[in-house]
Amino acid sequence: MMAFAHHRTKGAKSTHPSRRIWKRFKKNRAALIGLGLILVEVILAIFAPLVAPYDPIKMDLRSARQPPSSQHLVGADELGRDVLSRIIYGCRISLTLGLVSVGIGLSFGMLLGGPSGYFGGRLDIIAMRFIDVLMSFPTILLAILVVTVVGPGLYNAMLAVGVAQVPLYARLVRGLILKLKEKEFVDAARALGVSNSRIIIRHILPNCLSPLLVQTTLNIASAILSAAALGFLGLGAQPPTPEWGAMLSKGRLYMRVAPHIMTFPGLAIMLTVLAFNLMGDGLRDAIDPRMSRFRVAKG
Amino acid sequence: MTAYIIRRLLLVIPVLLGVSFIVFLTIRFIPGDPAEILLGEDYTQEAVEALRAEWGLDKPLLIQYGLFLGQLLRGNLGISIRSGQPITRELAVRFKNTLQLALVAAALASVIGIAAGVIAGTRPFSLMDMLTMAGAVAGVSIPVFWLGLMLMYAFAVKLHWLPAVGVGTVKHLVLPGITLSAFTMATIARQTRSSVLEVMEQDYITTARSKGVTEKNVLLRHAIKNAMIPIITVQGVMIGRLLGGSIITETVFAYPGMGKLLIDGLMGRNYPVVQGVILLYAVTFSLVNLVVDLSYALFDPRIAYD
Repeated sequence: MMAFAHHRTKGAKSTHPSRRIWKRFKKNRAALIGLGLILVEVILAIFAPLVAPYDPIKMDLRSARQPPSSQHLVGADELGRDVLSRIIYGCRISLTLGLVSVGIGLSFGMLLGGPSGYFGGRLDIIAMRFIDVLMSFPTILLAILVVTVVGPGLYNAMLAVGVAQVPLYARLVRGLILKLKEKEFVDAARALGVSNSRIIIRHILPNCLSPLLVQTTLNIASAILSAAALGFLGLGAQPPTPEWGAMLSKGRLYMRVAPHIMTFPGLAIMLTVLAFNLMGDGLRDAIDPRMSRFRVAKG
Repeated sequence: MTAYIIRRLLLVIPVLLGVSFIVFLTIRFIPGDPAEILLGEDYTQEAVEALRAEWGLDKPLLIQYGLFLGQLLRGNLGISIRSGQPITRELAVRFKNTLQLALVAAALASVIGIAAGVIAGTRPFSLMDMLTMAGAVAGVSIPVFWLGLMLMYAFAVKLHWLPAVGVGTVKHLVLPGITLSAFTMATIARQTRSSVLEVMEQDYITTARSKGVTEKNVLLRHAIKNAMIPIITVQGVMIGRLLGGSIITETVFAYPGMGKLLIDGLMGRNYPVVQGVILLYAVTFSLVNLVVDLSYALFDPRIAYD
C-alpha cells in the first residue's frame, strides 16, 4: 500500500510498472497455464524424492518394458525402472539445464554485447564480426561444436547450450543499449559527470530488464529443447541419468514392443517447453502490448 | 543499392574466414595430438608423418591455418577415417540428400504456414484462429526428435503406410519432411498472423475497401503482399532451424544426409568428417543468409541501403 501511495503522488502513472504488468499478465489465460505448469514442475523437482514412487535408477528386470499399470502409472523402461519416477527426477535435470545454460548465455552475451553497444567504435566492429561468425552456425550446431571439444556429458551439455545462446544475447543486449544510450536521461547523467560504469549499472541495465526477461523466458524453452536434443543424440547426459532426451533415445529402440518408454518423456519435454513459451509470450504481451504483434521467436 | 549488394558480398568473406578458423581450431582444441586425432585409432607411424607433412601439423598454428585454407580452396577436406575415401566425395552425396529434405520441409512450412497464418489473421479471435494458434504454439514447443518418433510409430509401425527409415523414393521424404517442417511451419504461421493483423488495420486497406474492392482482392492484392515483408525477414532464422533440425531429423529416420554423417562421425571419433560437415553446414548457412538478405533488399524498395 505504501508503494502504491508513493507512486500515486507522482501523478502520471498510478501503479508501479511491475503491478501493471502483472495485472495484464493475469488476464492472459494461456500465460497463467504456463506459469502454473512451471510451478508444478519446480515443486516436483524440489520434492522429487518424496513424490516419485520409485528410485529413478534402480533396475528391476522382472518388470522390464511393462506397459502402464497400477504399479507403474506410465510403465517401466527397458531395465524395469519406473518411467514416471524418472520423469519426475528429470524435472530437476531439465530445469537446471535450462536455467544454467541460459545463465551462461546471458552473462557472456552481456559481457560481449554490453561494452560493444555502449562504447561502439573499433571494439564494436570486432565484437560484431565475431558474433556474425558465431551466428553462421545454426544454434544446435554451435552446441555440437562445443561438445566436440569438451566431450559429451550433462555439464558439458549445459556449457554447450549456454555458449550457443551467447550470440543471440550479445546481439539483443547491444541493440537495447544502442537505443538507450541516446536517451535524454543518459545524456543528463553524463552531463552531471556520472561515471560510465555507474551509468551502465544504474541507468541503462534497469531499462534492459523487461526485454531481457521476456527473451530469457523464451530462451529457457529453446535451451531445454536443445539440451534434450543433445541428450537424444547421445551427446548430453549419459545413462543412467534420468534426462528426458536420453530416456527417449534409449526408449526408441523398443518402439515396437513398448512405445510408452519413448512417449512419456517426450510429452514431458513438450509440456515444459510449452509452459515457458506460453509464459514468455504472456510476459511480452503484458510488458509491451504494442510489441506483441511484431515479435518473432528467435532460435 | 548496388553498393549495398557489393558490401554485403564483401562482408561474407571475413565471416567465412572466421567460420573456417573456428572449425579449424575445434579439432586442435580436442586434447591429444591432432595428427592422431585426425587418423583415428588404427594408424602407422608413416601415416602420422605423411599427415603432418600434408597439413603442416608441426608448424605454428597460423601457418597451419593457412595450409588448411589452401587445402580447402582446392576442395581437399582430408580422408575419412572410416572409409579411407576423400571426404569431399562423401559430402557431395550427403549434401544432395540434406538439400532435398530441407527443400521439402521449407516448401511444406511456407505453404501451410502462410495459409494457416492468413486464415487466422483474417478472422482474429475466432475459433479457427484460436485452434490454429494453439497448434502453432504446440509446433514451436514439440521436440523434433519426439515428433519424428511419434509419426514413425503411427504411420510406419502401426499403419504401414510409409517407410520408417531410409532414402530412395518420394515416400521416404514424407515423414522426415513433416518432422523437419513443424517448427518452421508454426513460426511462419504465427508471424503471418500478426503481420496480416497489422496490415489489415492500415489506411490503404480501408481505402481499398471503400473503393468497393472485393474482400478477396483486398486480401490478395493488398494485404498478403505487404504482409509478406516481415515474413521474409524471419527466413534467415528459419533456415538456421531447418539446417539444425536436419541433424536431428536425419538421425531419427536414419536418413543419409549431412546431419546423420555428423552424428555418426562424432560417435566414431571420425574427426576429419566432423570437421568437413560442420564447415559445410556453416558455409551453406552463411551463403543462404546472404541470398535472403539480398532478396530482402530487392523485395522492399522502401528501405534505403547506403
